[in-house]
Amino acid sequence: MLKEPAPAEAGKTPKIRVEDLHKSFDGKVVLDGVNFSLPEGESLVVVGPSGTGKSVLLKHLIGLVRPDSGRLFVDGRDFWALSDLERTAVRKKFGMSFQEGALFDSMSVFDNVAFPLRRSGRPPSEVRERVRECLSIVHLPNVEGKRPSELSGGMRRRVGFARAIAHEPEILLFDEPNTGLDPIMTDVIDEVILEMKEKLDVTIVTITHHMESARKIGDRVALLAGGKLLYQAPPEEFLKSDDPAVRQFVEGKAEGPLTVEFERETATAAPEAS
Amino acid sequence: MKLLELIGRALLRLLEELGRFFQMLGSAASWLIRPPYDVAELFRQMVRVGVDSIPVVFLTTLFTGMVLALQTFNGFKRFHAESLVGSVVALSLTRELAPVLTALMVTGRVGSAMAAELGTMRVTEQIDALTALGTEPVQYLVVPRVTASVLMLPLLVILGDFVGMYGGYLVAVQLLGANPITYIENSFQYLEISDVTSGIIKAAVFGLIFSLLACVRGYYTEGGAEGVGRATTRAVVSGSLSVLFADFFLTKLLF
Repeated sequence: MLKEPAPAEAGKTPKIRVEDLHKSFDGKVVLDGVNFSLPEGESLVVVGPSGTGKSVLLKHLIGLVRPDSGRLFVDGRDFWALSDLERTAVRKKFGMSFQEGALFDSMSVFDNVAFPLRRSGRPPSEVRERVRECLSIVHLPNVEGKRPSELSGGMRRRVGFARAIAHEPEILLFDEPNTGLDPIMTDVIDEVILEMKEKLDVTIVTITHHMESARKIGDRVALLAGGKLLYQAPPEEFLKSDDPAVRQFVEGKAEGPLTVEFERETATAAPEAS
Repeated sequence: MKLLELIGRALLRLLEELGRFFQMLGSAASWLIRPPYDVAELFRQMVRVGVDSIPVVFLTTLFTGMVLALQTFNGFKRFHAESLVGSVVALSLTRELAPVLTALMVTGRVGSAMAAELGTMRVTEQIDALTALGTEPVQYLVVPRVTASVLMLPLLVILGDFVGMYGGYLVAVQLLGANPITYIENSFQYLEISDVTSGIIKAAVFGLIFSLLACVRGYYTEGGAEGVGRATTRAVVSGSLSVLFADFFLTKLLF
């Protein structure tokens, strides 16, 4: 059932490659053998029911979570075989936006977006200019001096987005970038992602529930369920697939293979809890 | 069976804590020597640990010195050894009371804040965000806090030594009518430089212990707001106990 991605061109290493990733928390299996490889400049969208470990998978890609087994390659280098200094350097190639924004609440919005720029030693005038630019990209002028706690949830998420793209990373990871945003803002964020993909040739992994966004920004869409990437295909193909799990998710049905999976898991989890 | 299980579990947790402590110590030491050096952040933490703690340390040691003079005077009067009050105050303050009480007060004041701050950053994914932005959180968060504590606690203790001895002087001279000249002479009669330095060394070690423990508690926080609360409480409790524990062994070692 697992559809292998087209083999990368000979001699060209994929930007990100993940090999047989396994991870469990307190005995609960979250990732159960995830494989994929993503060539430079491609955009992968991961969809799937809530609580199936999409965020955990994303955190594995930037090395925030160490897998129990399996390997992660960034630019062909085995991430966990590097020294911690090299790992920190590799992480600078990434930009990641978190579900709740994860803004530094002791700093102003300006300082948040400026953080990655200052840490890489850019001169103050350049930092100022770039921060303004990034905040206007997400349609948030005039909030520079505010504290994250003064912003709404959607605004925080957009500031987090601006911070993720500020240092012009080669790889972008977005954890539900447009959940909880109004339809207009959702489309704005999608447009920004598309634009960066086309202009800057960045590699992107996005997690979302929105099939519409997935269709728009993904070169490939993958369904994560039961700890595995069940199905990967270009968006149009994905939407037309007759795979029962994909059909259930695309059509938003309460009954189907994904719910069976869910019920089985909660049934096995219940006795442990007591 | 239940009891054995409990003991075993407590032992495992203790070992886990110890493991985390020494792992963080090693990690902090290795990130301390690598660039970039964030001097501004270090100064900010030095102000929070040191300068902001001055009022607390001032009052604590002042009253300790005063009560020490009062107690020993009343006791020593029974065998006509009032002239030794100054020495007792000076020795007990520099060797023991100023370092330990300062460390305990600062643990309560600063250790709790460190654990709460890092704990909140952990549960709101801010620590993950730091890592994701290519900044090592141990270097950015733990190193300046621990370094500031190791540097500032000895300075606070030196201040405490002076203030405490002045408190003793006030009580002895103003309240109990001791001769100021002889009191000061007595104070320094038996005091050696090693008494002061041993207190300062202790203070540096206490600073390392409480700040590192607080950072470990905060850094590994789990479970939302409740988890932050738990981390904060445990940072103060285990920090204070560890200071007292270390005090005994350091005293044994240093004399």
